[in-house]
Amino acid sequence: MAVDQNLKIELGKQGIFVTTIEELYNWGRRSSVWPMQFGLACCAIEMIATTMARYDLARFGAEVFRPSPRQADLMIVSGTVTKKMAPQVVRLYNQMAEPRYVIAMGACAISGGPFKQGYNVLKGIDRYIPVDVHIPGCPPRPEALIQAFMTLQKKIDGQPLTGEGRPRFLDSDAQGEFPVPEQGAHDLEPTSNTGVWPVPITIR
Amino acid sequence: MASSPYFSLAVLFVAALGFGVAPLGLAWAWARVFSPAKPNAIKNAIYECGLESKGDAWMGFRSAYYLYGIIFLIFDVEAVFLLPFAVAFTGLGAAACAAMLVFVLLLVEGLAWAWAKGVLTWQ
Repeated sequence: MAVDQNLKIELGKQGIFVTTIEELYNWGRRSSVWPMQFGLACCAIEMIATTMARYDLARFGAEVFRPSPRQADLMIVSGTVTKKMAPQVVRLYNQMAEPRYVIAMGACAISGGPFKQGYNVLKGIDRYIPVDVHIPGCPPRPEALIQAFMTLQKKIDGQPLTGEGRPRFLDSDAQGEFPVPEQGAHDLEPTSNTGVWPVPITIR
Repeated sequence: MASSPYFSLAVLFVAALGFGVAPLGLAWAWARVFSPAKPNAIKNAIYECGLESKGDAWMGFRSAYYLYGIIFLIFDVEAVFLLPFAVAFTGLGAAACAAMLVFVLLLVEGLAWAWAKGVLTWQ
């Protein structure tokens, strides 16, 4: 049963705290997002700075960087994803336990960035895995990563546990495995996962 | 039974056991009921560094390595006992010196055996 928002605020003023299982559950989830200890390029330096005392990601319950995908909830793709590295990134994402989230940090992780024309650079990690938050920047400042983190927290907070729009891990029919690309003769095969990234139609 | 002097100990033991086992049971039940299990071959893979594991984990090491281990022990044990021997050397009697000499000669014999066998030649 949903609580009327105005009634909730009114009761809160009287010193009565009303909540729902969904709110409590999402509050717990968003307050303990453990990122994976995993850096790809220069953006990782900013990611490290974000966790340190000056920017202090611990304020958001995310100071515990786990060195194993089994214990991590969040993958921060921090840097250029080369085609050599892409299969490993996708495999690590597959090995993370649900619920899992991805932040694509910086121009390279979003689109290939300044190396987009490079033959060996993946033009965005969202071609293979579902990205929750994109942050532009080269590299993004720690404040930008914190902003992305807060955006992710808002997203987690707004997820209903049942019905339409519930997160993937509560949907028994949802896709759990994301195919790992392999090195082909000229490019990764397949070049993208059309399930998460519909190939844009080029109009000439 | 309650009059037994060990009764309170038994109660405490059961309580301590429950204190340890109950969280484990709760975690197991929680995982069974609520955890979103979506297993697949990639997720269940053993290796978690992003790379695929190659070959068998049950590989054998070369048994010849034991020779290096034993020869190392010759020098290791010798050094351990030679140091206190050298420190206490001035105050030792003839019997103690003879005993030490026998000990060192035993170890040297082992080294000589290994040398004669050609173990010391790096292959």
